[in-house]
Amino acid sequence: MKYIEEFRDGELAKGLAAAIRQVASPERRYHFMEFCGGHTHAISRYGVTDLLPPNVRMIHGPGCPVCVLPIGRIDMAIRLALEAGVILCTYGDTLRVPASDGLSLLKAKSRGGDIRMVYSSADAVIIAQKNPEKQVVFFAIGFETTTPPTAVAIKQAQALGLKNFSVLCCHVLTPAAISNILESPEVRQWGTVPLDGFIGPAHVSTIIGSRPYEFFAEEYRKPVVIAGFEPLDVMQAVLMLVKQVNGARAVVENEFSRAVTRDGNVKAQNLVSELFELRRSFEWRGLNEVPYSALRIRKAFAGFDAERRFDIAYQSVPDNRACECGAILRGVKRPQDCKIFGTVCTPENPVGSCMVSSEGACAAHYTYGRYKDMDAVNA
Amino acid sequence: MCLALPCRIVELLPGDQAMIDVSGMRKEISLALVDGVEVGDYVIVHVGYALNRLDPEEADKTLALFAELGEAALAEAAGAL
Ligand code: SF4
Repeated sequence: MKYIEEFRDGELAKGLAAAIRQVASPERRYHFMEFCGGHTHAISRYGVTDLLPPNVRMIHGPGCPVCVLPIGRIDMAIRLALEAGVILCTYGDTLRVPASDGLSLLKAKSRGGDIRMVYSSADAVIIAQKNPEKQVVFFAIGFETTTPPTAVAIKQAQALGLKNFSVLCCHVLTPAAISNILESPEVRQWGTVPLDGFIGPAHVSTIIGSRPYEFFAEEYRKPVVIAGFEPLDVMQAVLMLVKQVNGARAVVENEFSRAVTRDGNVKAQNLVSELFELRRSFEWRGLNEVPYSALRIRKAFAGFDAERRFDIAYQSVPDNRACECGAILRGVKRPQDCKIFGTVCTPENPVGSCMVSSEGACAAHYTYGRYKDMDAVNA
Repeated sequence: MCLALPCRIVELLPGDQAMIDVSGMRKEISLALVDGVEVGDYVIVHVGYALNRLDPEEADKTLALFAELGEAALAEAAGAL
């Protein structure tokens, strides 16, 4: 497919790998965090790490929307389906995330919950139109990429005069998570991650633009390179980051100029701010409570807010004790450091959320990296 | 689920909708978040919505830069041998 295959070209990858080897100084180590699960997936799938010199290390960040969704939020969705008897519409990715009492949305469905997988928020509006006698709730998760589509759905429902459609809003914000990684007190508990720079989100940035990252570059003196989700994009971003580190620079650069501008998609931003406002705090899996890191529906649209319409207060639930997702999402540990990785916890039977989505660090490592490690051990 | 694909618009439909072509398959998406998209444009599609337009000139420039950087590096590596 055009604009995909060219960015996976093996010959070009070799050239970029040579360029990285030449600029990376052998005397120092480089630690870069790729924030997004999309990058984690590309790095694992195309073996990008194998093309990098050993002193350039990639650290997986928390940018997988399914992985950061805390158990308590899934519990709310399950309660809506099983206790409030609504039709719960959700993106497929959340179905298998383990929740409380051994449940998941999928298991709640087999217990009789009317849980439907939708591809798009618009599908949930259609389901509400077709089922006027039932309440329909859209389980809205994701970063800045999925928030504008949720906003469009609410506007559509309003225009259609729907009284049976509402949204369980769990949308979270990327910049808040990045600052949390850089400055939270938990860094003391987990130990600090040496970070020399970030690969910034691809598709999130198409919406918010590159401007929001300028703060990190200035305030924390960390270089940020926004990059596309194809392997060559990631390699070029690594090259740009190495050059910034070598030159003691810390600025925002944009490798993904084919889709990202400094200002982003202003139409989408305006729509989001019309419908949503900041939550004072929101719990992330692995990052705990993060101040001003998520959105809720504004009062003017209260009729579409499932948290106001139904009695489903949020309750925090601790993760499975063996699960190291928290440390992994912060980049402090790697999936293979988890004692139950690949044995008790597998993509077929995930214990933690990092194993559920293909963009999760554990699932990506299981699918594309596990056998390599075993070879390394056997060799 | 953050994965999104560049797709070509093949037809504009009423109600801010459009038809895209994904490897020969046709699929309807929403253009509610973007303005002024035309047939033949590439857009980044995510959960059924076009998030933004893809700039073909910038894509070409990026690819040309990869090739240039890579060739220079490989030539230098060969020269060093
Ligand atoms: S392997 Fe499973 S249990 Fe271990 S950290 Fe990853 S998701 Fe959690």
